[in-house]
Amino acid sequence: MTQRSLVGALLASTLLAGAAQAQDVTLTIESWRNDDLSIWQDQIIPAFEAEHPGIKVNFAPSAPAEYNAVLNSKLDAGSAGDLITCRPFDASLALYEGGKLADLSDIEGMANFSDVAKSGWSTDDGAATYCVPMASVIHGFIYNRDAFAELGLEEPTTVDEFFAVLDAIKEDGSYIPMAMGTNDQWEAATMGYQNIGPNYWKGEEGRQALIEGKASLTDPEWVEPYAQLAKWGDYLGDGFEAQTYPDSQNLFTLGRAAIYPAGSWEISGFNNLADFEMGAFPPPVPAEGDGCYISDHTDIGIGMNAATEHPDAAKTFLNWVASPEFATLYANALPGFFPLSDAAVEIEDPLAQEFASWRQECESTIRSTYQILSRGTPNLENETWNASAQVVKGAESPEDAAARLQEGLSGWYEPQQQ
Amino acid sequence: MSESRPRIRWHIVVFLAPAVLVYTAVMILPLFDTLRLALYDEVEGERVFVGLANFRILFGDPLWSDAFWNALANNFWFFLIHMAVQNPIGIALAAILSHPRLRFAALYRSAIFIPTILSFVIVGFAWKLILSPIWGIAPGMLDAIGLRSLFAPWLGREETALTTLALISVWQFVGIPMMLIYAALLSIPEEILEAGECDGVTGLSAFWKIKLPLILPAIGIISILTFVGNFNAFDLIYAAQGALAGPDFSTDILGTLLYRTFFGFQLQLGDPHMGSAVASAMFAVILIGVCIYLFGIQTRIRRYQL
Repeated sequence: MTQRSLVGALLASTLLAGAAQAQDVTLTIESWRNDDLSIWQDQIIPAFEAEHPGIKVNFAPSAPAEYNAVLNSKLDAGSAGDLITCRPFDASLALYEGGKLADLSDIEGMANFSDVAKSGWSTDDGAATYCVPMASVIHGFIYNRDAFAELGLEEPTTVDEFFAVLDAIKEDGSYIPMAMGTNDQWEAATMGYQNIGPNYWKGEEGRQALIEGKASLTDPEWVEPYAQLAKWGDYLGDGFEAQTYPDSQNLFTLGRAAIYPAGSWEISGFNNLADFEMGAFPPPVPAEGDGCYISDHTDIGIGMNAATEHPDAAKTFLNWVASPEFATLYANALPGFFPLSDAAVEIEDPLAQEFASWRQECESTIRSTYQILSRGTPNLENETWNASAQVVKGAESPEDAAARLQEGLSGWYEPQQQ
Repeated sequence: MSESRPRIRWHIVVFLAPAVLVYTAVMILPLFDTLRLALYDEVEGERVFVGLANFRILFGDPLWSDAFWNALANNFWFFLIHMAVQNPIGIALAAILSHPRLRFAALYRSAIFIPTILSFVIVGFAWKLILSPIWGIAPGMLDAIGLRSLFAPWLGREETALTTLALISVWQFVGIPMMLIYAALLSIPEEILEAGECDGVTGLSAFWKIKLPLILPAIGIISILTFVGNFNAFDLIYAAQGALAGPDFSTDILGTLLYRTFFGFQLQLGDPHMGSAVASAMFAVILIGVCIYLFGIQTRIRRYQL
């Protein structure tokens, strides 16, 4: 057994040198994307195996909610796969610091990624990167094009136009203006606050200032998104307080709601369900001519188990994941998950194309609460869920919510304590 | 001489061993290990003994203590609803079912008991759908009797969410007190009731004066089962409202607080030591409750030899 794996390892190193022949190495991928099983098995893995004979890849996903726990115990027990799909930021950082994920800073493919793309899987000082960025998701609004045509509406670009459109839909009465609920809380935070917020705190600039302690959550640029959310309550469906995430999705795809505050990951699901034409617009800017910012959140990466028996084969695979070829394949197999590599990628799905086009017009940033700021107790991300839901319901004023978050953050985060 | 020395009765040890070993391995050891874990913390990757520091944080730091007292208060409300609604209804149903002239009694008994064997996930999901303001049948049914204005998104409002969930739980578990009381009622000998009839105690007054005192011990057992069950509850809240126990933690009970602390949630990483502290506090609450019952109430309940 050991002898065979030794032979395997030796062969794997010859593979990398380009003289690939003979005995197969099998790599196992740990992932939470069980929705994507068929895409990996039918499209992605065959494409890799065709190019790299001698390496077999096995995609072994577990349920998303259990992934972190399952992965951690597998890594501790030494039974985890060779390749590890990485959650962004602290969950993976903890694995790297615990010596479970290998440092990948020096694999060639890493040159294809910008620092923002790598931020989700780099140490705080950016010195080491331990996962290859795979995809990001972009926030915006998906709308029912047929409904807009019927009511003679156009895509809003400013906040005033946005509310004018909502008023018009509400007045007409045949559609619920916007499909969002507060029951699951994260919708209000992720599709609401993190969606429209970057336009106010100016993307990366504001996010970095917050991390460095130069800005605080009670500053106007961080409170204003809440003030906007507070106005949303009037345009949501009846009983939105008890509306869940799947309820919102169904309200929109059944054509009962006109606008859906979205993440691009919805695209492939919505394409299958909606029988009307869909369009998308980026979060509206506060005033005509303001620069626009979008949340282009790093969501999935892939790294290497530090204890793998086939490090060379694993690196071959990771280099391939970093290549433009993989980016194109992945982006089109899963419209709405956008490759993070710098290479230009042709996306075929029109809705996904629309989302991706905003990258040219607007500045990209990631969700404000994900890097560093959710490391302590209370957890800023979870608190933001709560605060956003409270503000949308009108149960808490934007100022109170912001003050509460700031109090929680400065309770444990040193740069915010001065 | 040798005969007077008490012999070790090995068969007792042998027969007890399997149960004791299994119970120790899966219940007693983990329990004490949890209590032990609550006294440690992880500092720079090392597990170090910190004494009662975790408890000092849990009760001293407003961030933690607010969450804990909120969860405990919610838990008491959850328990009160069960005591005030589930158990009286259970007793009433049992009294009606034990009426000798009731037809289809077996059918009613099964129908009322069936929700008890359903999974929490099914119950939580089904009720969420029933009460959904969008697809639910509750608004339509209220509309049909002209009471549409009474409908509200109950599960989404802070004031009503916990009570609604408690009532859902009551709906699910009302079969248990019903069955226990039903069994207790059936065990009351006919002669006693007949003797009562001779003295002119019939109908409702027979229930209050004869049956109720006789089933009091059963009611006591049910109360303590309800108490332990409610303070260990987690599943229904998790299935219906998620681990954040929304809206605004109004449905957060000790079980969901423990879950979030121990296993983490979304970006919040799990903290087994703080989680163990919460678990120990839960254990203490339940232990105190059970002790109050055992020493304060059970010993005073008068038992009748039937």
